[in-house]
Amino acid sequence: MTDLAQLESRIIADIAAAGDEAALEAVRVASLGKKGSISALLATLGKMSPDERKTQGAAINLAKDKVTEALAARREILKSAALDARLASETIDVTLPLRDAPAETGRIHPLSQVWDELTAIFADMGFSVAEGPDIETDDYNFTKLNFPEGHPAREMHDTFFFNPKDDGSRMLLRTHTSPVQVRTMLSQKPPIRVICPGRTYRIDSDATHTPQFHQVEGLVIDKESHLGHLKWILHEFCKAFFEVDHINMRFRPSFFPFTEPSLEVDIQCRRDKGEIRFGEGEDWLEILGCGMVHPNVLRACGIDPDVYQGFAWGMGIDRIAMLKYGMSDLRQLFDSDVRWLSHYGFKPLDVPTLAGGLSS
Amino acid sequence: MKFTLSWLKEHLDTDEPLEKLADKLTMIGLEVENIEDKTKALAPFSIARVISAEQHPNADRLRVCMVDTGDGGAPVQVVCGAPNARAGLVSVFSPPGTYIPGKNITLGVGTIRGVESRGMLCSAAELQISEDHDGIMELPADAPVGKGYAEWAGLGDPVIEINLTPNRQDCTGVHGIARDLFAADMGKFNDPAIKPVKGEFPCPVQVTVEDAALCPGFALRLVRGVRNGPSPEWLQKRLTSIGLRPINALVDITNFMTFDRGRPLHVFDAKKVKGNLTIRRARAGESLLALDGRTYNLDPSICIIADEHGVESLAGIMGGETSGCDENTSDVLIESALWNEINIAQTGRKLGINSDARYRFERGVDPAFMVPGLELATQLVLEMCGGTPSENVVVGSRFGEDRVIDFPVGEVKRLAGIDVPLVEMKRILARLGFMVAGSGPVVKIAVPSWRSDAHGKADIVEEIVRIFGIDKVPETPFGRGEEPRKAVLTPMQLRTRRARRALAARGMVEAVTWSFIAKPAAELFGGGQAELALANPIASDLSDMRPSLLPGLIAASQANINRGSSDVALFEVGQIFGGDKPNDQLMAASGVRHGFASSKGLGRHWSGTAAADALDAKADAFAVLSAAGAPMQALQIVPGGASWLHPGRSGTIQIGPQNVLGYFGELHPRALEALGADGPLMAFEVILDRIPEAKQRATRAKPVLELSAFQPVSRDFAFIVDRKVKAADLVRAAQGVDKRLITGVSVFDLYEGKGIDPDKKSLAIAVTIQPREKTMTDQEIDAVAAKIVAEVTKKTGGTLRG
Repeated sequence: MTDLAQLESRIIADIAAAGDEAALEAVRVASLGKKGSISALLATLGKMSPDERKTQGAAINLAKDKVTEALAARREILKSAALDARLASETIDVTLPLRDAPAETGRIHPLSQVWDELTAIFADMGFSVAEGPDIETDDYNFTKLNFPEGHPAREMHDTFFFNPKDDGSRMLLRTHTSPVQVRTMLSQKPPIRVICPGRTYRIDSDATHTPQFHQVEGLVIDKESHLGHLKWILHEFCKAFFEVDHINMRFRPSFFPFTEPSLEVDIQCRRDKGEIRFGEGEDWLEILGCGMVHPNVLRACGIDPDVYQGFAWGMGIDRIAMLKYGMSDLRQLFDSDVRWLSHYGFKPLDVPTLAGGLSS
Repeated sequence: MKFTLSWLKEHLDTDEPLEKLADKLTMIGLEVENIEDKTKALAPFSIARVISAEQHPNADRLRVCMVDTGDGGAPVQVVCGAPNARAGLVSVFSPPGTYIPGKNITLGVGTIRGVESRGMLCSAAELQISEDHDGIMELPADAPVGKGYAEWAGLGDPVIEINLTPNRQDCTGVHGIARDLFAADMGKFNDPAIKPVKGEFPCPVQVTVEDAALCPGFALRLVRGVRNGPSPEWLQKRLTSIGLRPINALVDITNFMTFDRGRPLHVFDAKKVKGNLTIRRARAGESLLALDGRTYNLDPSICIIADEHGVESLAGIMGGETSGCDENTSDVLIESALWNEINIAQTGRKLGINSDARYRFERGVDPAFMVPGLELATQLVLEMCGGTPSENVVVGSRFGEDRVIDFPVGEVKRLAGIDVPLVEMKRILARLGFMVAGSGPVVKIAVPSWRSDAHGKADIVEEIVRIFGIDKVPETPFGRGEEPRKAVLTPMQLRTRRARRALAARGMVEAVTWSFIAKPAAELFGGGQAELALANPIASDLSDMRPSLLPGLIAASQANINRGSSDVALFEVGQIFGGDKPNDQLMAASGVRHGFASSKGLGRHWSGTAAADALDAKADAFAVLSAAGAPMQALQIVPGGASWLHPGRSGTIQIGPQNVLGYFGELHPRALEALGADGPLMAFEVILDRIPEAKQRATRAKPVLELSAFQPVSRDFAFIVDRKVKAADLVRAAQGVDKRLITGVSVFDLYEGKGIDPDKKSLAIAVTIQPREKTMTDQEIDAVAAKIVAEVTKKTGGTLRG
């Protein structure tokens, strides 16, 4: 039986020597193929005696199994080596810099972001958002708001006018968002709880004034809301907006034609190298005006001031945005300089929510 | 409104410190804007004596002075350029480290032309106490060397400036401010009654008021035989302390009355006035040389005081030069009058005069003080200038109205949310000059003549609360009420918010540009209507309301290009104007892309560099529309459409020709040229208002999802079509073969060029066929494919590519 053993060891040696899958296949064909050496030996079994066949058959089949096994093992090794060789040739430079994703480079303007922050805070307090036109009538911008014709209070608002019409009336660019309060009171029955954000205009241009700016006003009309509620709302708002645990506020009497009593509100802060810290410090910073809606305004809007009462406030969106985010020059808000916008703007997925923190 | 602490103390006996008075002023509504304390600002400036002054060795105009600063140390060497620097002179010295307000510098130790200088001898201008800069200050020889200059000079009277709100006419004089502080328990109010001055003879000048509506009251008196020299030192000091220039006693008295009592007066030199006075409207063609040296042309809207010469004074605003009082005046006419507030404001505005008189008359002065004011002024004239007073001439009968307010005391609690005891309310009101009768629940309150701002219950509440203390109003939690939680934004507000974030997510940067633009730019984009042109624009390039956001965005993008950022993708979501009615104002979302600011990303990159093109702008527009909830399947794209876009590289987005939602494409070269912008520039504009509102659904659940059990089949087709054939038409033709079976048609290849006729292109589509009831046989699929080829050929003239 040395022939069979020799044959087997020669084939096993050939398998081990096969350098690639083609060579291995040739060994397989030469051994286990139709005309292969082991196949040939198996073909001889038919001519043997039953006893001989029994012993020889088992021996040849054993050799066949060994060869088959060796072939499979070698094939696995060759396949793996081939894969390794291929992968070794397939390299890329993983240090190549990525292109910034559009959502990384796109920006929301700070004013829009703050607009969304305001909405989040006041929606939570049950306010809805009312808007109105920029081009207004004198009646809605002044007269219904208790600015008497010719009164010097009108001069506090340096107004942009359009040319007079044939009937002598002339439209103007609203100097505050209060006409939206008028429109709301004329179209809605109390109770009313709205904020009115919008663009406003005054003839003014320097580092702290631009001919257009933005305001958000609030209006509450019902049968019981008073100055105490107003103070509470504004205090809550300031804490939520500036994202501080406490903030000192100073309410002091002032004058607006459309409110009585009227108040101006300062917040305490500390200025430190251009940065403003709230809730500490010695400086008072004026941030808004407010008051109880003047009875004349209620009357002009068809609401009985002896039955209903309420309050209103107004503040500059640009101003509070600048204070919160440390922007120094109002004019830059409207300069459209991409360097500024990329720095002070917000990523599109930074949607302000109360649950997640307005600016985090 | 400016005054000094000592001036205030003339009207208010108080020991309260300045800080407390200032805080109280702010907390009762008289906001302190500034307190200028010269002794603080000028603390380093001290009195010093020049011991010697020698010629500077290297400079003709300089002297080297040795100065005794009075600190007991050695004399200090100072190089000085003043011609009056001389030995023995007592002047003002500042050591190194001193901030010099008049020069806005901080002094250091210097070497001037080789000689060290350790300080400075100062002029009055350098201390900003006068305009005088002719040499260093010369103080009396006995002035105490070493002492602080400001304190010695009596500059230690702090100047308080309050930001007076327009309703508080009663506080345009120091007297009224003192009354408010008295009400707030800051001291005792000095308010002695004013004694009338008996007239010695009838006033020879008669007064006629033609229109009582313009002049509700007029009082006049002559004082004969006055000597009009400089006013006494105390009065000059009062005036200079608040920045007024003393002129002569008569004029100084009128200015003093203006600031002390909020009672403007006018004085005429009686010898320069001819005949009687008439208060009337000016006549067309009349003019006046006023006291400010300017000549004003007048018209009948302006109220004037005339004599027989003509116009002598602009009523309530400014006197005339020719009848003004000077040192030669011997007979003076003193006028105290009431004027129509609105007319004063209009006249002041029209003539551009901001005088102290106008400031008070347009707010309204205390009408009951017209005659007492004249009496007080007469007393001052007699004291300072002597003379003999005439009797008063008074025109008008009722000065002010008696206003009584029925005040339910519960109003304070109702509006202010604070409990104030009735006795406290009464005390506050009484100190402010209101008279209260009754003990509730409704009291009667008489309003003093100087409080023309108090009309109703709310005004009374304000008076009580501001004096009682706004800070005492307790913060009261404000509940959400019974309203259920629900969305508070309108559909338009949601569209606006989503449009912004959708565009930012596409790599664009949000700009906020001006609502007004230059007229030619407005016209280019269909605007420029007369009704949208501002009558008083701030600049000629900010003159017309914008009909589109694009002119502003194009200018903004060009500014960035000019700054060196050439790859710009900007957007804006904002209001545009089609007319001056509320409905003409629409909300647009627009954007521009320039350079390598394509949809893929910004700038050049190894992974592929693409310049922005018209279809990037289309993608931007579609991103907005989709985010804003537009019915995307219903949108139609029509080539061209906007005059400001390249006719061959632009499109109109519409839902039928009646509803154009927006435009996109490459800017027309002519539009670029008109706007001075570099091209090529891609742009889009979508009008958010034009998006049809989605139907309200009863439930938030999404429609049931139907998943087919059968595998979809995909078949590719390449067609050769004319170049002018629109891809959308080809897609629609394929889609239309069987709307149930064909669930998707996508264009996966577009080829023009070699191997294809120059006027043809190859469009390849992949069609997805979704079997519905059973798996389809090859024959059935082939039949659908054949129908697709036939339909595309029929609709587009295309042939299947071989």
